Amino acid sequence: MSENPYEAPIGPYSEPVEEPTPGPTPSQTVGPYYSIGLTRDWPEGANAVEPYHSDAIEISGQMFDGRGEPIPDGVIEIWQADPNGRFNHPDDPRGAAVYEGFTGFARSGTDDEGRWAVRTLKPGRIPTADGTGEQAPHINVTVMARGTLRQLTTRIYFPEEAEANATDPVLQSLPEDARSTLIAERVDDRTYRFDVVLQGDGETAFFEL
Amino acid sequence: MSLPHYPPLAEGEDPSNFPGYRSTQYRFPKRPLFHLPQGIGEITGPLLGEDRVGPNDHDLTVHGHGEPIGERIIVHGRLLDSGGRPLAGQLVEMWQANACGRYDHKVDQHPAPLDPNFTGVGRTLTDSEGRYKFITIKPGAYPWGNHPNAWRMQHLHFSLTGRALPQRLVTQMYFPGDPLCFQDPIFNAVPDPRVRNRMISTFDLDATVPDWALAYKWDIVLRGPDATQIETAEEHG
Repeated sequence: MSENPYEAPIGPYSEPVEEPTPGPTPSQTVGPYYSIGLTRDWPEGANAVEPYHSDAIEISGQMFDGRGEPIPDGVIEIWQADPNGRFNHPDDPRGAAVYEGFTGFARSGTDDEGRWAVRTLKPGRIPTADGTGEQAPHINVTVMARGTLRQLTTRIYFPEEAEANATDPVLQSLPEDARSTLIAERVDDRTYRFDVVLQGDGETAFFEL
Repeated sequence: MSLPHYPPLAEGEDPSNFPGYRSTQYRFPKRPLFHLPQGIGEITGPLLGEDRVGPNDHDLTVHGHGEPIGERIIVHGRLLDSGGRPLAGQLVEMWQANACGRYDHKVDQHPAPLDPNFTGVGRTLTDSEGRYKFITIKPGAYPWGNHPNAWRMQHLHFSLTGRALPQRLVTQMYFPGDPLCFQDPIFNAVPDPRVRNRMISTFDLDATVPDWALAYKWDIVLRGPDATQIETAEEHG
């Protein structure tokens, strides 16, 4: 029995060419060799802040597949507000704000044990999407890997922010077992751990974006 | 507070599971995706710029001590959003196999030669009209373990961040007339052929440089914000 339709050729060698319709270019996997283009020449890309910044924190973790195996060919990207809850971006209606030594963006590949790590500053609170309140401090995370056809979106929240987390509308919209996957583990004042599970037991909550 | 909104892709345009591509099996979330309202943190994103691009980064044929082996090509096009607006000053990241279908990567053990003059990484910035251009070597097809006698179509990997997280795109560009397309499950993971074929470049005789290099044209389209909200924003200045 074969589950794989590609084990036998599935079509004629020359498919009739169908003209593409206008619209967004579809996503494809980053594949196993993404480091050539995304991380190899850019080791400092894993820093959203100058690494010796006095307030720098490190967030690290492992990425796992649906069998609990570490993923050695995954990529994590983070995007977040600065400690004042501002972004250096012209589409922020409050105006773009520069925070010295900080970009808000970092990218880390995973190693043979599926480990990734980024250095950043703890974000401040930002307005909710409807503008009526504040969100708990959080980091937006994009996850990609060989075998993911499109990027996955998740968030990292902070365990010491229990009060803010309790009123965060995104966090509170999730069922408890999904919510708990988004809270990092605090190792010490400057170090957090956050594992990403793409499938199965303990599957990380992912968002439609 | 009125923010731009990036509508989601149409249903079925972006499946996360495709059994024909075996690596998806344990790597797609089984739980449905949760709703994330688009706030300031979602309608913004990293604006990666000039400090990531050196003067020759767009020309992958001049990164070694000599010229790489293979068929020199030009790959160019525009970076647009789905409303047809060009995205200027955007970082375009690209990586690929060499002419023999071998990646400069420890995991790639395909018994084809590495090329000491080709690392297969390119970067450029789009100009004020969203245009980008790479000079490179046409990548070879290569075998992989997905199914018996499986070969990847010739392709280039592209990565774009856009100006907001919903525009983040990693994709692959293919070449017209590739005979392998019928059996490449990564390409075929996009279910609608009229959407899938957006990833195929077109041969461009006008941009072909006589006696030097063939050209291929490929426009990259990122999800755009709702047109109505943009008009409203422009009306209110």
